[in-house]
Amino acid sequence: MDFGFWLFQTLNALQLSMLLFLLSVGLTVIFGLMHFVNLAHGALYALGAYIAASVSVHLGYWGAFVIAPIAVAAVGFVLYATLIRSMRKSGPMAQVLVTFGLIFALLDVTRILWGDLALAMDGPQILAGRLTIGVLDYPLYRLFTIVLGIVIFAALALVLNRTQIGAMIRAGVDNDEMAACLGINVERLFFIVFCVGCALAGLAGVVAAPVLSVTPDMGLQILIPTLIVIVIGGLGSLKGAIIGSLIYGFVTTFGAVFLPGFASVLIYALLALVLVVRPTGLFPAKV
Amino acid sequence: MTRFTTAAIAALIAGQATTAFADEIKVGLLLPYSGVYAALGEIEAGFTLGLETFGGQTDDTFVVVKEDTEVKPPVGLAKAKKLALQDKADVIVGVVSSGVLGAVRDFVDGVGVPLVVANAGNDAATGKDCSPFITRFSFSNSQVNRPMGQYLVDQGITKVFTMAPDYAAGHQQIGAFKAAFEAAGGEIVGQEFTPFQKTQDFGPYMANAKSSEAQAVYVFYAGGEAISYVKQYDSFGLKENLPLYGSGFLTSALYVNAEGAAAEGVKAASYYVPTIDNPENAAFVDAYKAANDRLPSEFAVAGYDAAHALVLASANGASDRAALAKALSTSSFDGPRGATSIDPATNNIVQPIYVYETVAAADGAGMTQKVLASLAPEQDPANGCTLGN
Repeated sequence: MDFGFWLFQTLNALQLSMLLFLLSVGLTVIFGLMHFVNLAHGALYALGAYIAASVSVHLGYWGAFVIAPIAVAAVGFVLYATLIRSMRKSGPMAQVLVTFGLIFALLDVTRILWGDLALAMDGPQILAGRLTIGVLDYPLYRLFTIVLGIVIFAALALVLNRTQIGAMIRAGVDNDEMAACLGINVERLFFIVFCVGCALAGLAGVVAAPVLSVTPDMGLQILIPTLIVIVIGGLGSLKGAIIGSLIYGFVTTFGAVFLPGFASVLIYALLALVLVVRPTGLFPAKV
Repeated sequence: MTRFTTAAIAALIAGQATTAFADEIKVGLLLPYSGVYAALGEIEAGFTLGLETFGGQTDDTFVVVKEDTEVKPPVGLAKAKKLALQDKADVIVGVVSSGVLGAVRDFVDGVGVPLVVANAGNDAATGKDCSPFITRFSFSNSQVNRPMGQYLVDQGITKVFTMAPDYAAGHQQIGAFKAAFEAAGGEIVGQEFTPFQKTQDFGPYMANAKSSEAQAVYVFYAGGEAISYVKQYDSFGLKENLPLYGSGFLTSALYVNAEGAAAEGVKAASYYVPTIDNPENAAFVDAYKAANDRLPSEFAVAGYDAAHALVLASANGASDRAALAKALSTSSFDGPRGATSIDPATNNIVQPIYVYETVAAADGAGMTQKVLASLAPEQDPANGCTLGN
């Protein structure tokens, strides 16, 4: 267990964190702005992976990288227009039930369209190898995932903190009625944020597909980790999503190294602790 | 209906069973058509093909009723009851998950309906929980891995790191390998049991294997986890210095094309691969490909052989539950996996175990299996089963 080992495990933790960040940021911002719990977010991620696997056969990885998030955003658009807009005022319990049902509907849609057998998807040829510098020997594709996560985080931070639309979103998160009184078209804002959130879920699906297997239940498997991330990080905030993801990634990775028998329990213990000490999460959007 | 006519009909039915008249044998297929194991619909495809192929050898006809276990033990039990009591099935075939098998075991044993297990590999089902009515045509968790202990030592590998998901099958599969490997003089230098179906990234565990002094890694993973594992193992570049061995499900014909080149060079032990060289298998592979447009897997062969055994039992005159159970537990025939028989002492299958390497297909179309060795069939120890006494 030399320096190379620790560096390797740190990168593993970062890689998992960034994958979860891509998923949780969409979910948390949708929740923060719209007070809408979209449990079907994981199913959209699975859909992204399936679309990517199909598209990559014809257009290669980068074609899938562009098309899958757009396609998932389009699915998000349809969901918004048909279900979500009319569910906006109907209270959290009805929303949870509807989106929970959507999980299974989308799961069966993927099974009908793509079958039960797991699909393959290759990463891009240019990222097929490993980066070897001194003691470091790490797959390029995983480094790409880490870099992509950081880039998306930086871009979202820039948009939210430095642009007019970012200011409008923040105003909407703080108090949507007041924001509407000030002349902001809150409904349109919701719609844009929802589609961007869905596109990010699709992007997470593309990024995960070459590392994981593309199976119908992948969306269900990732949902719980994503929810843990946003509960630890605090609902509705970008900072919460990134910190929550990092905590999840590092706790599960180093838990697997130090306490393999408790690896799966550790994160739940931490979740319980956060809920007791800071019920709103570490960095909630509203105080 | 008077007592007389009831008795007359009963006599008529009883009479028919012993004559050469054709009977109708009702088969209940108890399989997961939804849930995580739905991909194992392979078993039904194999079973259907088996009935088509061998059905002509008996005068009896087979009627198939299907029920979905949803991979949930209580649902599996309810469906088994429905098949046995309402549909009056003469025999039940299927059961993929060992959890479902555990749930239906006491019911089928009590009612006395023969159950042909077509996948679930829990050792106890043909050990301390064995039943004269339960015969297994798939495998036991120990059976697949036990021969690999001696095989690895023979290859000059004496230090191994093992990994498996943290549930009953993972512990049994790796446990059997470990016991045999240590008995042959090998040493397990590290073991990891990863949270079952909760592990997205195997990287942290693989790093532990890499930093150990192991000469090879031996694992059991199946389905989606197997694909993730093989791809991630390859992406870390571990294959060159730390060859990957495992239980055959790791690079099953069902998943190997999703793993692609990442699976190249992985060596695993299984009771069936599509490239086994014998005439029965050649016929099976051709017929299966024609019907399903893909190669059969180890799951398909279990369904196929179950149908074969049922036909043989019926050709030998068995058509009611008790006679079928008896005939099934003395099954013996040459099938795609080679000499296949049921050990009456446990009702588990006795079959050769094949060590195979995954290699790129010569025609460039995906991956194929190169059989390295055929290890002699072994009976599982009785493990508390008293059928043989």
